[in-house]
Amino acid sequence: MVPVMYYVILSAILFIIGALGVLIRRNAIVVFMSIELMLNAANLAFVAFARQYAATSGQLFVFFVMTVAAAEVAVGLALIVAIFKTKASINVDQINTLKG
Amino acid sequence: MLLSEATNAGGNFSLVPLVVFFPLIGLLLNIIFGGRLGEKAIGWLASLASGLAFGVAVLLGISLIGSHGAGVTVPFLDWITIGSLHLQWAFRVDTLSVTMMLVVGGVGTLIHIYAIGYMHEDVRHNGDPGRYRRFFVFFNLFIAAMMVLVSADNYLMLFVGWEGVGLCSYLLIGFWYDKGKDGIGNAIAGKKAFITNRIGDFGFLVASFLMFKFFQPLAEGGVFSFDFDSVAAIAPKVASPVILAITLFMLLGVAGKSAQLPLFVWLPDAMAGPTPVSALIHAATMVTAGVYLVARSFAIYSLVPAAQNWVAIVGGVTALFAATIAVAQFDIKKVLAYSTISQLGFMVAAVGMGAFVAGMFHLVTHAFFKALLFLSAGSVIQGMEHGHHAVEHDPLLRRKMKQNERLGSTHHFDPQDMRNMGGLRHRMKTTYWVYLAGALALAGIVPWAGFWSKDEILAEALHLNPAVYWLLTIAAFFTAFYMGRQVIMVFFGEPRSEPAAQAHENPPIMTVPLVILALLSTFGGFLNLPFIHTFTHWIEYTIHPAAEAAEAGAEAAAHAGPWYMWGGLNLIVAGLSTLLALIAIALAWMIYTRRVEALKSLPAARRPDDPLRSMLGPVFTGMEHKWWVDELYEFLIIKPYVAISRFLAEVIDWKFWHDFFHDTIIAGGYRGLAWIFANPIDLGVIDGIANGLAEGVRGLAAQARRIQTGFVRNYALSVFVGVVLIISYLVFQLR
Repeated sequence: MVPVMYYVILSAILFIIGALGVLIRRNAIVVFMSIELMLNAANLAFVAFARQYAATSGQLFVFFVMTVAAAEVAVGLALIVAIFKTKASINVDQINTLKG
Repeated sequence: MLLSEATNAGGNFSLVPLVVFFPLIGLLLNIIFGGRLGEKAIGWLASLASGLAFGVAVLLGISLIGSHGAGVTVPFLDWITIGSLHLQWAFRVDTLSVTMMLVVGGVGTLIHIYAIGYMHEDVRHNGDPGRYRRFFVFFNLFIAAMMVLVSADNYLMLFVGWEGVGLCSYLLIGFWYDKGKDGIGNAIAGKKAFITNRIGDFGFLVASFLMFKFFQPLAEGGVFSFDFDSVAAIAPKVASPVILAITLFMLLGVAGKSAQLPLFVWLPDAMAGPTPVSALIHAATMVTAGVYLVARSFAIYSLVPAAQNWVAIVGGVTALFAATIAVAQFDIKKVLAYSTISQLGFMVAAVGMGAFVAGMFHLVTHAFFKALLFLSAGSVIQGMEHGHHAVEHDPLLRRKMKQNERLGSTHHFDPQDMRNMGGLRHRMKTTYWVYLAGALALAGIVPWAGFWSKDEILAEALHLNPAVYWLLTIAAFFTAFYMGRQVIMVFFGEPRSEPAAQAHENPPIMTVPLVILALLSTFGGFLNLPFIHTFTHWIEYTIHPAAEAAEAGAEAAAHAGPWYMWGGLNLIVAGLSTLLALIAIALAWMIYTRRVEALKSLPAARRPDDPLRSMLGPVFTGMEHKWWVDELYEFLIIKPYVAISRFLAEVIDWKFWHDFFHDTIIAGGYRGLAWIFANPIDLGVIDGIANGLAEGVRGLAAQARRIQTGFVRNYALSVFVGVVLIISYLVFQLR
């Protein structure tokens, strides 16, 4: 059986890739995908630990995360479409109207 | 001291508060309803109030006869109780106070009735009939205050009455406050009377303070009540210098109220009041309060012969001094005013020597004849005003008067100037006869009232204080002379002005009281005839030392008396004073009829207005100008006083306190302090703190806003960094 450590390391690598993607990339779609990557890294960690401790609550949480992710994507993509309609761009660097 | 004691003592003693309350009720009724009543009703209401007070006094007198002269004290209410001071509002009924009540009530009522007629004319003559009611309100107030004074059982209650009569005197002297010299003369006269009296009152007050200080520790139970009995009981235990101080301070009060040297100057000016006021307040009653006070305080005066001596000398000198001034006055009322001062001097000298009975007797008879003289003078003045009125309304007479070189313009006619009178005995018969009665009484001719009382004083004086006897005898000579002069100038000879020739008699409402007073002046002396001494025995129930002395005198007279003692009457003294009076009158007759006739040959311009002026020269001028006492006081007291006041007001108060202290130091200092607080402290420090705080926050915010880039990435990075930090913390802590 593959030790849980490997899953956790993989999950961490995926999470870091996702986080860096969110921080570095400018395309909103890519940022979104990176967020999905982070969520799935978390899911992987959940599943791995659930199996390790034979606890179903981890498995259960994954479903919740998936649901939330789906909802988030729906809302997020709608937002991106709306922003693109006004700005004709999805470059996040141009979306700085919140600047104080 | 209980009420039951008073009521048990019999008769009507418990009625005594009514002597005060009747006049008070009268004046309240006149204040409230007087506006709706006519003049007659106002006057009669006031007279009735005074008359009822007199009636009560009569009942009290009858009760006193019933109780053989044993007086009582009727407590009315507790006045002041503070620690060791317990003052009662209590009325004292004894022969002394009832005598005063009878005089005040009796003479007062007659003068009230007279005033009904007199004031009717006076308010019209002075052009303000609205003041008629005010006059009677003040008059009743005076009676009430005087009754408080004479019925008081303690010195402080007496002082209330003392001040009350002073107030009424002030109000009534200034009754025509908008008249007189420069439209303010009467007001000034009132002020002068009041202020001069204040000086006397200061003496009275200091005497009271001393009394409290030194008598209270010796009082029974340590509670001092100022009542006459306890003062008399304690006085012998007090050191005699204290008693001397008390009596001399009290003498100052007496000098103020009874117009003695050196405080007599207010009384002549007080003649600015309407004539009934002069008669009642400034001749018959109020001014005798000082005499009453000394008689009332006989117990303490008897302890210090030095004080008695001073009182007697003050009285004697005043008697002579004022009598000389009276000789050279031309105002009919001024003559009587100085005569009053002189007669008060007789009384004060008498009570000072210890001849309390003689002093009180003279007080009573003087009240009769001096009230009579003043009221008759008022009658003469009003007769003259009638005459003046007649002249003014008759063109023929007016032209005649204008031709009279001495009078000049009719507008300057003075109805009180005796030089304008003359020959009035034909025009005003009743006034003439009653005036004559009063003058004879004052001059001391047998058997008019003044003879008996004045002679009693003189006889006592010869026995007790010969120096004062001579002063008084000479004063009596002058008295007879100036009365003779006045009667001759007013009633005899030819009329010296048209108004005098046109004068006519006043209505019965004025003459009837005059006739009654004339009868009293004629027969009042019979109160104390030789051998019988009704009045002496009456007063002696109250004044005991006098009783002992008089009894000794009477016994001496009865047993080993020389030939000239006749029933207590010293025939030599009586004969000498009568002789002097007759000589004085004869002298006056010679000068003012014969000499005036002789002077008629002179041209009018060189003819003196008074024959004495050419005979006495500068002496007459001195007497006419009252020996310049007013001017002396003006120079010695008023000028320096005004200068000091001016200095205090202008330099000390204005320059120092106002300009320097208040404006410069206080206001300036305050302004400087305010500037310091406003500018450096408020603007600098307080505002600096508030503004600095705001600036700091703004600067901080300017720095902080840079964090807010608006790039979601940056926010995400900071969230990420934060999460990493928290997690690292947790991880490291767990380990």
